Amino acid sequence: MAEWFQDNGLLLGLALLDGLSSAGLIFLVAVGLNLVFGVLRIVNVAHGSLYAIGAYSAASIGIFLAGLGLPAWASIPTLVLSAALVGAILGPLIERFILRRIYGGEEVVQLLVTFALFMILEDVQKLIWGVQPIHHDVALRALGTIDVPFGTDFIPFTNYQLFVLPTFAIVTLVGLALFLRRTLTGRVIVAVTTDREAATAMGIDAARIFLLTFTFGAMLAALGGALLSPTAALVPGIGAQTIVLSFAVVATAGLGQIEGAALTSLMMGLGRSIAVYFAPEFEVVVPYIIMVAVLLVRPQGLFGVIETRRV
Amino acid sequence: MKRYEPFLALVLAGGLIAAAIAAPWLRFVLTIALAKGIAVMGILLLLRAGQVSFGHALYIGFGAYVVAFFAPVAGDGVLIIAASAAGAGLLGLVVGLFVTRYRQIFFGMLNLAMCMVFYSLLEKLYHITHGTDGIRVEIMPIAGQVLDRVSYEWTVFGIAMGLAFVVGFIIRLYLASPMGEALAGIKTRETRLEFMGVPARGILLAAYVASAMLGGIGGALIAMTSRHVTPLLSYWTASGELVFIAILGGPGGVLGPFLGAATYELVRVYAAASFADAWQMILGLVLLLVILFAPGGLWGLASRLVGERRR
Amino acid sequence: MTTLTRRETLAAGFGTVLLPATLSAQPVAKPAEFKIGVTTFLSGPASVFGVPSRRACEMLAEQINAAGGIAGVPIRPIFVDEGPGTDHLVGEIRRLVQSEGVHTIFQSISSGSCLACTPLSRELNKVMLLWDCGTQRIFEEARYDYAFRTQGYGTSEVLAPLLYLLKTKPNIRTLAVVNQDYAWGRDSWELWKTAMDALKPGVRVVAEMFPRFGSTDFSTEITRLLALRPDVIYSTSWGGELVTFIRQATERRLHERSTFVLPVAEASMQILGRSMPEGHIIGTRGDHWNNHPSPANPALFNGFVNAYRQKFNEYPIYPCHHMAQAVWALKAAVEKAVAAKNGAWPSDAELAAAFRGLTFPTPTSTITLREDGQGLEDQIVGLSSFNDRFPFAVPKDMMLFPGAQVSAPVGQKSTDWLKTLTPALIEQAGRPIG
Repeated sequence: MAEWFQDNGLLLGLALLDGLSSAGLIFLVAVGLNLVFGVLRIVNVAHGSLYAIGAYSAASIGIFLAGLGLPAWASIPTLVLSAALVGAILGPLIERFILRRIYGGEEVVQLLVTFALFMILEDVQKLIWGVQPIHHDVALRALGTIDVPFGTDFIPFTNYQLFVLPTFAIVTLVGLALFLRRTLTGRVIVAVTTDREAATAMGIDAARIFLLTFTFGAMLAALGGALLSPTAALVPGIGAQTIVLSFAVVATAGLGQIEGAALTSLMMGLGRSIAVYFAPEFEVVVPYIIMVAVLLVRPQGLFGVIETRRV
Repeated sequence: MKRYEPFLALVLAGGLIAAAIAAPWLRFVLTIALAKGIAVMGILLLLRAGQVSFGHALYIGFGAYVVAFFAPVAGDGVLIIAASAAGAGLLGLVVGLFVTRYRQIFFGMLNLAMCMVFYSLLEKLYHITHGTDGIRVEIMPIAGQVLDRVSYEWTVFGIAMGLAFVVGFIIRLYLASPMGEALAGIKTRETRLEFMGVPARGILLAAYVASAMLGGIGGALIAMTSRHVTPLLSYWTASGELVFIAILGGPGGVLGPFLGAATYELVRVYAAASFADAWQMILGLVLLLVILFAPGGLWGLASRLVGERRR
Repeated sequence: MTTLTRRETLAAGFGTVLLPATLSAQPVAKPAEFKIGVTTFLSGPASVFGVPSRRACEMLAEQINAAGGIAGVPIRPIFVDEGPGTDHLVGEIRRLVQSEGVHTIFQSISSGSCLACTPLSRELNKVMLLWDCGTQRIFEEARYDYAFRTQGYGTSEVLAPLLYLLKTKPNIRTLAVVNQDYAWGRDSWELWKTAMDALKPGVRVVAEMFPRFGSTDFSTEITRLLALRPDVIYSTSWGGELVTFIRQATERRLHERSTFVLPVAEASMQILGRSMPEGHIIGTRGDHWNNHPSPANPALFNGFVNAYRQKFNEYPIYPCHHMAQAVWALKAAVEKAVAAKNGAWPSDAELAAAFRGLTFPTPTSTITLREDGQGLEDQIVGLSSFNDRFPFAVPKDMMLFPGAQVSAPVGQKSTDWLKTLTPALIEQAGRPIG
């Protein structure tokens, strides 16, 4: 073991750095999904579409503003603003006109409504943005790279991936935690997550909370996409890929658990990047192996609470 | 309505046969529809217990690959369908022992995870499965008869139709039996079942294994019809499609899955033919409309029509 | 064959769905319209190829019809999406033939689609032109009377860049591969590895990475490559993934440590624009570079490129050229078959016969469809570079590898043939062009 570390310790260090940035992105998407599920009890398959639309919009808005002469430093705030815009427009639209009709329905019906939305939005993306890869990476380039020493060699990392992505994840995590614990609205959301019936019985306006939470979740999905956009070329189908991984994170984390989502994202991000170095063939299944392993030991998820059994 | 079911089944079967005679390519589409209908019957069993499997494409894929691997060896269609059913049942037992410990979202997501692991394996084990290229299935003898292409296609269509009737009949009996009634008990209040001394997990496991076998049969029929299997049969959207069909057809009776599957395949084919780049959106809209305005699915619509006439 | 057809007649019940061509010996009436079923990706990641190729097909159909059609018959393409999966597609092929009554099928981008659908040409007795898929397995594992590939294939598209690499950088010692994890990624690596081991034994493969198809992040792979410092990085990735990989890699200066060999790069050059690094080996699955120094028919070449540019505001990419090749091959074959019958319309079998051994002109060269149905398309490989004419990278120091030189002989499997290559081929193969 010690010998193995001597040989591979440096590589493991590199894997950790890579894992951190991918964990940051996974977290941003999954935490929104988790929040929505916690409050609305709806597994939102269309979350992946919101992620994709967020990415596309951020790239389009970025390209448009860059054409108007926007300085490079403003590109990161632009990403955040365009994500907020996407969430603020699509979130209420979807919640108000579609989800609200099915709150009382069966779980499977709710799941399928979002699945239908997902199918529709996939084609909508194609109609708006076409099929050729779109990319806009001013944010990535503006920040440059940093040389990380590696034995006698060095490895350039982009500052964007090494610092910006994890920072956004941490800020979101801390911000969300404070919001949920310290503000009244936050506490109400927690109350609805923990016990919907009791909360509404105490006079909480569930409709408002649902709208608020869903919009917020949509913004987080769009933010995940927006932050991805500087690093990747956007093509049809990116939403479908992301959503499955987010599902795995949510189920592993425990429903509605913010800290759980953070820890799980970290495990999955690191797991995948370590796999690329030492067992590339397993990279794809690592998240599911983690999920199954965790649920075998803790059926309610890492941070999940066991619901009281009702008779 | 229940009384009309056998009669309606005959009408539906007659309609399918007429369509298959009228247009040879519809024979292909309708065989696939029947195969999917059989698999969706399994989804229906689990829905009875209030559980949504978002991963039953696993068993479709499994059944299909059994055909791909054993058709050249075993060489007889009947034998292979039996092998697919048995194999999928065994796999269902192993997976079921694990997933039946969970309910609702966890149940759905764990099934999804299993399905995605299987999908990844089909893709990754390139030297065995040919990856996404898939494996071609040659025309095989059925019940000892060597057939030319047209009679082979009619035979598979006939087998699918026959199996649909047999399976429909058995599932009707199953749902009316104490085991079937207990499934509904899991949905409403599982704890009560246990107080009555009924082992809920065992009941669910039995249904799960049955549903896996149905998936295996469906997959085998799909492979024998399309005569080419690829990992895409097990992708998560394929699982979503099964649940989609179940809700489209309506979870009320055993005819629902076949109504749903036939409608789904026909809509898909005609949408793809008329709007090659927006067929997903059309399917999504159909699903959304059915859920929002015809909550009982097509079967529910049919029931209402029959009910009104009686009045 | 006739008994089966007759039985099909009985089983089908209705004469309308039967095609006149299958009733042998009956004279075939000239159709009012020549329908072409075209399968291509209209959804999913590969629609980056599918949609431009559909545009090219529609544009050419308009042009041909304006000029009086093929042998006096206007053509009409009917498009089918490959995206929903193979089981859907094999049904669609049947629909095209049995319901739409198409006269020919242009078939598929994905190798999986081609492998599944090509055998249907035998069952449906319809001419199928494989217009874009690259898998070498089609004609090496089976013989088809009705299927032809109107372009090159994986073997030549991989071997040409390899020969170019060994000619220009004979001293490479280490290599890493990053390919998409699906059939093309795996097959193109197997072809490359087999050929490389024969042509230059001893090159060490330091990493084999097959990231998930559709990945949006290659940071970890890039870090590993930066640490390994291989002489060459081979990748046959395409579409969004190639763009993402190149952007992420160049941002971290991987291109300064290793030479990229990118056989499918051309389709991504317009999107990468100036961010494609210079001096790396790029291919186009053929010879139809926008800066081709000496196309055989410059007027036709510029006409096609400019018409496409005017209509769609971008340069055509290789799938557009492949689609055009299929159209031109069809035109040549139909005219040949009609001429052979002194102006009468050919049956399906006669049309198929016209394709075998056909040599048809392309704007850049000619393509010959060999005895086994495989097309011999020249390959041009070069180093990425920039000039004043294009806002994106085009090759310089180009070399042309004639199709026959870099294709496995008829009847031999590519992987067996590549093993028989000797280092002497490196000197003999290819010639500088431009």
